[in-house]
Parts: sequence; structure tokens; C-alpha cells
Amino acid sequence: MQRIGVFVCHCGTNIAATVDVKKVVEMALHEPGVVHAEDYAYMCSEAGQELIHKAIKEKHLTGLVVCSCSPRMHETTFRNAAEKAGLNPYMVEIANIREHCSWIHKDIEEATEKAVILMRAAVAKVNLDAPLKPGESRVTKRALVIGGGIAGIQTALDIAEAGYPVDIVEKTPSIGGRMSQLDKTFPTLDCSSCILTPKMGEVNAHPLINIYTYSEVESVSGFVGDFTVEIRKKARSVDMNKCTGCGVCQEKCPSKKTPSEFNRGLNTRSAIYTPFAQAVPNVPVIDRDACIKFKTGKCGICSKVCQAGAIDYDQIDEIVTEKYGAIVVATGFDMIKLDKYDEYAYSQSKDVITSLELERIMNAAGPTGGHLERLSDGKAPKEMVFIQCVGSRCADNRGKSYCSKICCMYTAKHAMLIRDKYPDTNVTVFYIDVRTPGKNFDEFYRRAVEDYGVNYIKGQVGKVIPQPNGKLLVQGADLLDNKQILKEADMVVLAAAIEPNPDVRKIATMLTASIDTNNFLTEAHAKLRPVESPTAGIFLSGVCQGPKDIPETVSQAGAAAVKAIGLLAKDKLLTNPCTAHSDELLCNGCSQCANVCPYGAITYEDKEVNDHGVRETRRIAVVNDALCQGCGACTVTCPSGAMDLQGFSNRQILAEVDAICR
Amino acid sequence: MKTEHSRAEMIKEISGVNPLKCMKCGKCSASCPSYNEMDIKPHQFVSYVINEDIESLVKSKSLWKCLSCFACVERCPRDVKPGKLIDAARQIVVRERGKNYLLADDIPELIDPDTPQQLLVSALRRYRR
Ligand SMILES: Cc1cc2nc3c(=O)[nH]c(=O)nc-3n(C[C@H](O)[C@H](O)[C@H](O)COP(=O)(O)OP(=O)(O)OC[C@H]3O[C@@H](n4cnc5c(N)ncnc54)[C@H](O)[C@@H]3O)c2cc1C
Ligand code: SF4
Ligand code: SF4
Ligand code: SF4
Ligand code: SF4
Repeated sequence: MQRIGVFVCHCGTNIAATVDVKKVVEMALHEPGVVHAEDYAYMCSEAGQELIHKAIKEKHLTGLVVCSCSPRMHETTFRNAAEKAGLNPYMVEIANIREHCSWIHKDIEEATEKAVILMRAAVAKVNLDAPLKPGESRVTKRALVIGGGIAGIQTALDIAEAGYPVDIVEKTPSIGGRMSQLDKTFPTLDCSSCILTPKMGEVNAHPLINIYTYSEVESVSGFVGDFTVEIRKKARSVDMNKCTGCGVCQEKCPSKKTPSEFNRGLNTRSAIYTPFAQAVPNVPVIDRDACIKFKTGKCGICSKVCQAGAIDYDQIDEIVTEKYGAIVVATGFDMIKLDKYDEYAYSQSKDVITSLELERIMNAAGPTGGHLERLSDGKAPKEMVFIQCVGSRCADNRGKSYCSKICCMYTAKHAMLIRDKYPDTNVTVFYIDVRTPGKNFDEFYRRAVEDYGVNYIKGQVGKVIPQPNGKLLVQGADLLDNKQILKEADMVVLAAAIEPNPDVRKIATMLTASIDTNNFLTEAHAKLRPVESPTAGIFLSGVCQGPKDIPETVSQAGAAAVKAIGLLAKDKLLTNPCTAHSDELLCNGCSQCANVCPYGAITYEDKEVNDHGVRETRRIAVVNDALCQGCGACTVTCPSGAMDLQGFSNRQILAEVDAICR
Repeated sequence: MKTEHSRAEMIKEISGVNPLKCMKCGKCSASCPSYNEMDIKPHQFVSYVINEDIESLVKSKSLWKCLSCFACVERCPRDVKPGKLIDAARQIVVRERGKNYLLADDIPELIDPDTPQQLLVSALRRYRR
């Protein structure tokens, strides 16, 4: 028989104002096994914990029920207090009489009755509690970063600087991400590649960092501290060790008609290509869908011109299997497709472009060599119109409900750069709100207006109508002056909404990391744990978690690195002892439990069992303790009642139900 | 008649206002005691000058509804002084009528001895420059 102590917390007035705590104490003393009950203003305080300590010692308690707030708040506090007094921490149960009771009820009598019932259920459970001991698991001291944009680069550098090896998996042929496509960057207008390229070089040269480009994560198994990951290294058709990066293959390749991904399809590239000049690694890949050799068997020119003999048409995809203690997701973003926004004539006119396309046009290494010109006729535009919030802040199914956050600033940047370089070009920006929170950000936008004479008009554009003379008629409204505006523009730039990279869904499923309805990865706590996924050992870096500019991305990347380092620095992790086990005499090997286990923790073994004197070999479910997360899905699925969860046994749950119904 | 562009430039010169500083917050309109009487509102004075639509401004009711109380000038968070813009627009109307200035010697005769001192101060404040 247990000797149980019940401790009822007032939580100041949070509980005591709605629940008659004295009554709960009095009722507790009538419960089987309860030898001590008391109440106190703040059980979690030093003084409160002291009361618990004293009672355990003086009354020789074997189990505790604390009637207080949610176990998410203070279960650990009370378990630690119990352990200090020599009690097994798993002999402590929390009855949540705050969130589940006082906060949601008004009537004192009803609330008190419910508090008593919750206390009773917890007492019934403690009566059947048994001491549990957490196991230990090892920590593989290596981190995986998925995505090689500025977020992934920064996280990898920070982890490696702390002395832990890091692998980066990047799906395109080079690291760098979106930042490598940008021309200049707000708020200081320094050139993007000038600040990015050194970091790419640093990652490439770091002895503890290993980069897998043109590669993707194929599968993930295991758990925090001990993940096993399969990485598919796509066949590059070029030997990384031999290639010198001279580029002659790309020059000579006759297949030159593939739209360049890097230049957003504004020009074309060869079949064998590096996405951009500063690519890391500076080793091309052959796009087998475009390569004439792969399509027809003829050609093979690159192999003939390559002095280093690096071309290897026979390469095949390679799967690398590696173990990691921590995984950081940094898969970034893309711009939304604009096919649902026909009113802006994006698909009808070459002179209606997205902001990212403008970045490429403004960039000296871009398709126009950095000259601002209309893509239809190469003429310099005299009237430019920018349209903000295209597909952002939309409640319909065409766009995204959120503000993309970076476009107000990059449009101010674009407008300013154009006015600076081409003072004869007028720039008009149609906006809903100008959102520029951030250090020196509003000042930056004001400079565009006051010093560069950019014309900001409050009001979304209704439509853009391509004219026979090649101009674009922009129909908008000036809401402050109550006028409709018809403006003839030479070029229209759409600040299209950004969205997480679509394949993040696949990654999230592999990692059992949650994502929200917009496909952004969800953080463990919106305020207090913003760089951790709710799944242990998975961390979030950059725009894959929510819209961010570069300074914010880099800060978050550092924060994610610190969290990962905190994990890698541990030698061992304590595992949750509340895991499932099957009773081999009851299990009939039906496989239903393995089908529902989300963590792949259940396998089957042929075991010899002694069933009431009959010896036979049976197929029996076996749970891997290290993988089991204690979710309980198997226990409710098992048709023969063989599966049971330690700390939440079927008997305990039924006892709780009985206590509630009593 | 002058072009709209040169009239806008003149308004800026007379008033000393840089309309581009305006962030369209509306505090001037919120402060204005004549707001309900006006067809073009104080925050719009600024954008009419930016958009060089001076004709609408000088034809507006607002031109003569503004009290020159300068509440807008006092409160504008960006020191734009919209009241001075409408003031300058009034001066343009006066100038275009050919009555650009008063001769100092004529002034004493024009003033009614019963005119309160305060009115004189206010007029000076309005037209000082
Ligand atoms: C037009 C425009 C202008 C901008 N201008 C500025 C500016 O001036 N200043 C500023 O501060 N910010 C600016 N930004 C924002 C800036 O681009 C982002 O903040 C930054 O790029 C975010 O970095 P990231 O690493 O999170 O994402 P990304 O740059 O998108 O990098 C993600 C990387 O992950 C890779 N990846 C994706 N999925 C997978 C997968 N499944 N497996 C492996 N790899 C994967 C991608 O290929 C990519 O390399 C601008 C953005 C745009 C669109
Ligand atoms: S690999 Fe294919 S496409 Fe390339 S040069 Fe060789 S043939 Fe051309
Ligand atoms: S950042 Fe600006 S342009 Fe972009 S969605 Fe938000 S308000 Fe619209
Ligand atoms: S000065 Fe004119 S516009 Fe300004 S607040 Fe006074 S009345 Fe209104
Ligand atoms: S108060 Fe100043 S900044 Fe605000 S709208 Fe009026 S003039 Fe513009």
C-alpha cells in the first residue's frame, strides 16, 4: 500500500479564487492511500517545495499528488523536489486544477467538485505507480544542415567553430541560396556576393565542414542524439576530384537552350553548367534531361574538351549513410507562382517582372549585364511601377494570408538604386502599408521618398493592361486623394509573396517535424523556443520557419547553431522511461501495433514462450526502448491487450476512469 | 498663366515646405478645426503639391476655409507644415490677381483704428517671411 501525500496549490488567487482548496484537502484525506494533505499559496516556490520535502521525510511518503497548474509548467519542478527527498521522481502525479479547472469555470461549487475529481483520479493512478528509471542514449557528435543558403551556411560555420563536424546537404549544384541571386542588399546597399562569397569560401575550406551539393536527404531514422540519415548524391557526371573548374566544357557544350534557374529563366544555360561564376563547389553538373549525349548517345564534346578528364557519363546516384546527433533545417523559400494573378499581366507581357527577376536584371552578372532594360525590346524604361503585396495578405485561395515581410524593404532598395543610377527614370510604388520595422529600416525607406523622389501611392493596383504601343497601362487608386489613377508604365515590377520551398513537406515528414498550413516549419514555442522544432533534436534556421531578411536569418542561424551545440556537447541523453512493452503471453503477433507506431519502434521476433506449461515458438512484438516515444498509439490498437505503457499502464488509466466515475 | 509645375515650385518656395517629407499619417487633418468645411483636406494639400495639381487646390473651398491657426504646422511629426502650403496657394491667387504686395507707407491708412492688436499679430504671423 502506498503512503500518498496530496499538495493543493492556491496559485495566488489563480486557483484559490475559484476552487475551495480547503475542501480539496479535506476530501483528499478520505482517499485510499492518502496519509497527508495540505494546501499552500505557491507550491512551486522554495517554501512550497520545502513543505513537500518535510512531509515526505516525516510521513514516509511513497507517492505524491500535486494539485496545481499544467504538468507542462511544473511537473519537472515537483519531480526534482521529490527526488531530492529520496523519492523516485516517477511517483509524482499532477492534477491540473488550474488550466483544466479554475481558469475555465466560474462557479466555485462546480469548480471545486471538478478539482476533487481530478485529485481523486491522480491518487488512483499513484496507487498503481511503480518507480521508473530513465535509460541513457548516446549522442553522435556530428550535425546535419539541410539547405545551403545563408541560413545553412551560417549555422554550419557556427557549429563547426565550436568544434563539431557538420555536413551540409544542398539540393542545387552550389551553396549560396537566394542571397547569391541578389544584387545589392538593404539596409546598407552592400553588394550581396561581396559579403556572401567569403562565407561560402569559408564553409568550403573549413576542415570540419563537408558539403554535399546536388544532393538530397533520402530518409531519416532514429531519434535525438542518434539520427541515421541517407543522403542521395545525384550523379553529377563530373568527377569532383579531377575537375579544375576551368569552364571550357560549358563554353563548348552545343546544348544551350535550357532556361537558367539561377537567372529565373530570363536567359539560358548549357547542359553542363555551374549555376553562377562564384559557385561553391566550382564543379559543373550535367543536366541529363538537356544533354545531347544522354538523349541521343551522340555528342560527348565536353569529355573531349575537358583537359582534366573529369567528365564521367557513367556516374550513378550514390547513397551515403551517416549518423548525426542534431539536424538543422534551412531549406529557405521561393516566390509564389503568379498564374492566379492574371490582372497584373505577368504572363502576357515580358515587361511585367517579379522583384527577384529585377535583382537578376540589375546584377552585373545577370542576363542584361546589369543594364536596366525592358525584356521585350531592350529599351531603357522611363516610367517604372512597383506593385506591393502581390499575393501576400490575401484571404482568398490565390495567395498567402501572411505579410512576406521583406518586400517593402527590397522595393525601397530597388526604387532607390534605379533613381540613383537612372535619374531620368520615374519610379512609382503602389502600396497598402509600408512596413519597415528594423534597425535603420524606416530611415532607409524615407530616403527613397525624400532624397530619391520615389512616388509612393497608397492603394493596390487593380489591373495592368498591355497597350498596343508596348506600354503598360496601370490602373490604380490614390486612396489619400480619392482619385483613380491611370499611369502608363514601361515596366512593372511585382513584389510577389514568398513561400517555403515546396519540398519542405517531404523533409518535415521524414523528420516528423511539424509544419503550419502555409508549410512554414513550426517552432516548439512561438516566443520562448523559436529555433527548435517540437521534435527533439531538430532545429530551424532561416526563412523555412517564417519570412525573414538576411540580418534576421543570420541571427536565427546562430541561435539554431547554439541549440544544436548544446545538444552535441552532451555525452549522453536521458531517455523517457515511459515506453511500451508487449506481454509475450498475450501478444499474437498480428502486426497492428507496428502499423500504427509513428516512430518505427516495433519489430517482431520469433520467441520461445512457456504458456502454462506449453512451450512453443511465437511471433512476438518487441519495442525498441530507444525509439519508443511513449505516445501510446500501440496500446490502444492492440486487440489482445498485450501492449502496455510504463507509467501509463492500462490498469492505471482504468483506475483513473473508475475514480472519476465513482 | 504659369504651368502647374512652376506653380507647384512656387508654392514650395513661398512656403519653404518639402512635401516629400510627409508620411501621410493624417495628424494635420486630425488637428484641423476647419476639416469638416474643407473639400481638400490638410494632408491632401501635400499630395496635391507633390502631384502638381495646383489648379484644384486654388479652386478648392479649403483655400478660404483654412484659419491659419497652424495647428497642423505645430503637430506634424515630420515638420511638413501643410498649413503653409495652403497659405502659399492663397498667395499665388493674390499674386495672380496682380496684387502682389502692399507698400509700407500705405499700411497705416488701410488699418482701421479699431482693429484689434491680436489680428495684426496674427496677420503678421501668417505672412511673415
Ligand atoms: C527579391 C528579393 C530581394 C531581397 N533583398 C534582400 C536584401 O536586400 N536584404 C536582405 O537582408 N534580405 C533580402 N532578401 C531576403 C533574403 O533573400 C533571405 O532573407 C535569405 O535568402 C534567406 O536565406 P535562407 O538560407 O533562409 O533561404 P534560401 O536563400 O532560400 O536558401 C535555402 C537553400 O536551401 C536549399 N534547399 C531547399 N530545399 C532543399 C532540400 N529539400 N534539400 C536540400 N537543400 C534544399 C535551396 O536550394 C537553397 O540553397 C531578398 C529576397 C528577395 C526575394
Ligand atoms: S555532355 Fe552532353 S551536352 Fe554536354 S557537351 Fe557534353 S554532350 Fe554536350
Ligand atoms: S512586406 Fe510590405 S509589400 Fe511585403 S507583404 Fe508585407 S506589407 Fe506587403
Ligand atoms: S492652419 Fe489651416 S489647415 Fe492647418 S489646422 Fe489650421 S485651419 Fe487647418
Ligand atoms: S501631419 Fe505632417 S506628415 Fe502627417 S499627413 Fe500631415 S503633413 Fe503629412
